[in-house]
Amino acid sequence: MSDDTLKVGSYEFRSRLIVGSGKYKDFETTRLATEAAEAEMITVAVRRVNITEAGKENLLDYIDPKKYVILPNTAGCFNAEDAVRTLRLAREAGGWDLVKLEVLGDTETLYPNVVETIKAAETLVDEGFQVMVYTNDDPIVATRLEEIGCVAVMPLGNPIGSGRGLANPFNIRVIKQRAKVPIVVDAGIGTASDAAKAMELGADAVLINTAIAEARDECLMANAMRDAVRAGRAAYLAGRMPKRSFASASSPTDGYFWT
Amino acid sequence: MKIQLNGESKEVQAADVLALIAELGLEQRLIAIERNLEVVPKSQYAETALAEGDHIEIVHMIGGG
Repeated sequence: MSDDTLKVGSYEFRSRLIVGSGKYKDFETTRLATEAAEAEMITVAVRRVNITEAGKENLLDYIDPKKYVILPNTAGCFNAEDAVRTLRLAREAGGWDLVKLEVLGDTETLYPNVVETIKAAETLVDEGFQVMVYTNDDPIVATRLEEIGCVAVMPLGNPIGSGRGLANPFNIRVIKQRAKVPIVVDAGIGTASDAAKAMELGADAVLINTAIAEARDECLMANAMRDAVRAGRAAYLAGRMPKRSFASASSPTDGYFWT
Repeated sequence: MKIQLNGESKEVQAADVLALIAELGLEQRLIAIERNLEVVPKSQYAETALAEGDHIEIVHMIGGG
């Protein structure tokens, strides 16, 4: 599996676990958990500088942009225009062209606004961004986003921060089967088995934030997610056995010496 | 002059974006600036003059998922 790399646009990764940097109690924990996850790509949000706190330490003092691929997101954007503005600023800030587009529909569900997401994706692809796009677990929309030129499609497993696992594993599989770009399960992963399940279904990667940041032991959960992603990926590549309705003996049924 | 800086009205001495960053004591590293909805490239901070009533946004990266 050493040559089993994840290719996203012009980037290539050994890790299939993408992490978020939100919700941590402090920057040092963010750093330690990101290392424990052995992630190579980490999402960040774009927000106003607090003018009265100039010189205060920043997330990127702990998460070295030379060591990690920084993936600016558009979290909190509810229309295409704000999302495009946000990522133009992110690109100017750090030169980052690989971005996570998410345009949300409402504050209660945080479900994607697909119409605005598609509009933003068209503009960003036109402007040369490499767009990884958060969307519903809808195969038709996933195909549309791929046709626009997004470099990865990231269907939700369940609402952001809900930790409820994969609501619709069948759709994740269908999306994967039809896609030529990487499919990343983004949002909903609550624990290691959810991550393994997503990978077993064929997801090319998973993106996890809350499940690690809200674990009692963040680094231990990051280890668990790292291992689950590797195990799920290996199981997917290995090809699972068929499911049967009845038992199939594991020991030979001939050569019995009892009657 | 008075500008709208990150959503708040602020009286500044700076005549251009480069001087504004210095006046605020900000590091140029890993921030980005928008003037009246247009991104100001880092290479043009010195040439980008500020005008009364400008809407300036200064952003950076924070934790997010």
